Amino acid sequence: MTERAQLASQVPDSEKERLFNEVKADLRFGDYLYGCYECGICVAVCPSARFYDFSPRRIAQAVAREDVELVWEQMNGEVWECSQCFSCLLCPRGNNPGGIITIMREVAVKNGLHSAQQALEGYTRIIYKIMSTGTQVSPDMIRPEAFPDWGPTAKETADNLEVWRRAMPPDTMHTTSASWEVDDKTLTELYLIWHLSGVLDMIKALDESLHMILVDVMEEKLEEAGYPLS
Amino acid sequence: MAIPINLPVVQPGTQARKGNFARRPEDAPENLRERTLELGAKGEWVVHRVPEPCVEVPTRSNGIKRVPLQHTWHHKSCGQCGHIPGYSTSIFWLHRKLGLEYNDPRDQTSCTAWNYYASATSNQAAQAAVAMRNFAAAYETGYFPQIHCATSYGHYKEVRAEMVHHKELREQVRGILAKMGKPLVMPEEIVHYSEWVYAVRHEIAKRKVLDLSQITVTVHPACHYYKLVQEDAIYDPDVYGGQRTAVVTAVAQALGATVGDYSTWFDCCGFGFRHILVQRDFSRSFAVQRKIEAMRDEVNPDVTLTHDTGCVTTLDKSQFAAQAHQGVKAAIPVLSEAQFAALGMGAHPYRVCQLHWHAADYRPLLEKMGIDWRERWREFEDDVERLKANPGSFLTWEDADGEWAVPAAHPDHVKHGGR
Ligand code: SF4
Ligand code: SF4
Repeated sequence: MTERAQLASQVPDSEKERLFNEVKADLRFGDYLYGCYECGICVAVCPSARFYDFSPRRIAQAVAREDVELVWEQMNGEVWECSQCFSCLLCPRGNNPGGIITIMREVAVKNGLHSAQQALEGYTRIIYKIMSTGTQVSPDMIRPEAFPDWGPTAKETADNLEVWRRAMPPDTMHTTSASWEVDDKTLTELYLIWHLSGVLDMIKALDESLHMILVDVMEEKLEEAGYPLS
Repeated sequence: MAIPINLPVVQPGTQARKGNFARRPEDAPENLRERTLELGAKGEWVVHRVPEPCVEVPTRSNGIKRVPLQHTWHHKSCGQCGHIPGYSTSIFWLHRKLGLEYNDPRDQTSCTAWNYYASATSNQAAQAAVAMRNFAAAYETGYFPQIHCATSYGHYKEVRAEMVHHKELREQVRGILAKMGKPLVMPEEIVHYSEWVYAVRHEIAKRKVLDLSQITVTVHPACHYYKLVQEDAIYDPDVYGGQRTAVVTAVAQALGATVGDYSTWFDCCGFGFRHILVQRDFSRSFAVQRKIEAMRDEVNPDVTLTHDTGCVTTLDKSQFAAQAHQGVKAAIPVLSEAQFAALGMGAHPYRVCQLHWHAADYRPLLEKMGIDWRERWREFEDDVERLKANPGSFLTWEDADGEWAVPAAHPDHVKHGGR
């Protein structure tokens, strides 16, 4: 029995049903799936299908057939292989298989599924960066040890970072820890969005320590700005 | 009209016009611009109108999109500013050289969609609220959003469609924005910078200082530009017979370069959002095997041009490791069309286009374009030495074009502590 099959056997059907219903309850679900011809056009254009045992058709088909067991399995594995390129929007049925996958991933994160935690291992520093600075890949993340396959440019960039950032004309870009200078007020508004839309709760389900660090960063600013947190 | 096999050449002065394959009106896809205006008329949101002067460009659904020439609010890209800074700088430089004014705001966050497509650690309401906060911030300045990243552009078009279709989402986002004292604002058009470059391509061509007729390019159209919410992407009947998006290709052709076609043009670059950061074996393999090798074998271009953060990143950074494998042919320089256009107009390859941040060897391209990269690099190294000797100083727009002068410390920069 594979590890996943073993895990599947331990999860009650009612739990799998609950997760499936969460996927279906998403506001976008009705715009993303209209059944499935099972034609495989989405597979033909899918980059991830070329390199992994992955198929957007299998996912659209499983969700359209309401195969709760298979959807649960997919949510615990292959959804993370999708490149989110949306080539599969060529679907003649008008489906958005990549969009269905986004929703399935979201449900996996929100429910703290172990598979989501595994898929995002090594990724949390990026979540921290985007949520706390409002920009994603900042110049100081270009480290040779993080990007050895980028060749000598990663090292040269890291070695010269501070002065190279000053050696470009746009004022907003003379930064190293964020992609551009984001105003404090702007950041506080972003933090408010994370609080009010339930994103921080998702982070808590995914990674408690990341959640604590983020709350630490955000709370003071939000309170200073007079936004009540409860 | 049959779909042409060879690439048709865009004639200078081509006007926007309808394609030759018209749909019956009853089959026409939903027009989200019209729906945006209708909701504006009903008081559901403020519509940020496109400022004049604007250029009307043709869209996939035989419609017209209004692209503002100036008075634009530059929604920067975190990846471009973060590790391909010559991309953003070139976009700004082109505006300055064409005398078109713009606003480069600090009251802007990333769209956060790179993270969203990578990790799903967000949700529909949060993503919409981030978009609408940025739109409201632009509206407050009076400047109209021009979006640098194709993922931001595609994602914002998804947000627009969802906001148009779901009243409950509008209410939720309206509530969040009200807490920060911002109204709900939707731009009349969602405009990508590459649409602006397309719109001004003949103006750029007029100011060209280099002969690019010996340069062959391949074009990688960015998935999130034309695959997500597809109808208002630019399709021009004179470029690929209107069967493929015209941005980038039309610009290269207007500049006099030859555009070579290759069989895997529709494939994505392999970015993968999560993959490019933590599972790069996939990104590298896909980029090299499906894109770079196909371009090399079928066209052998001097450069490949694209119009998105993720695509420049993946295609450029993936080639180094592949070169280590015997028999893998690689090293096609990768630029945005904004950088290519800027070089053609005489921009400094390092001060403006910041090519030292690129991984694939671009020097043979510069040589073929007639640019003395050694001399330009020497100038840049002098800049760097002087900046080192003057902490708190930075390169200005005047420095980027003219003779070097020791820059004075910038008070704002000192205030921000050189972050
Ligand atoms: S999702 Fe669409 S493209 Fe894929 S198999 Fe089903 S009908 Fe065909
Ligand atoms: S979005 Fe995902 S499923 Fe769709 S084509 Fe891209 S990689 Fe494949």
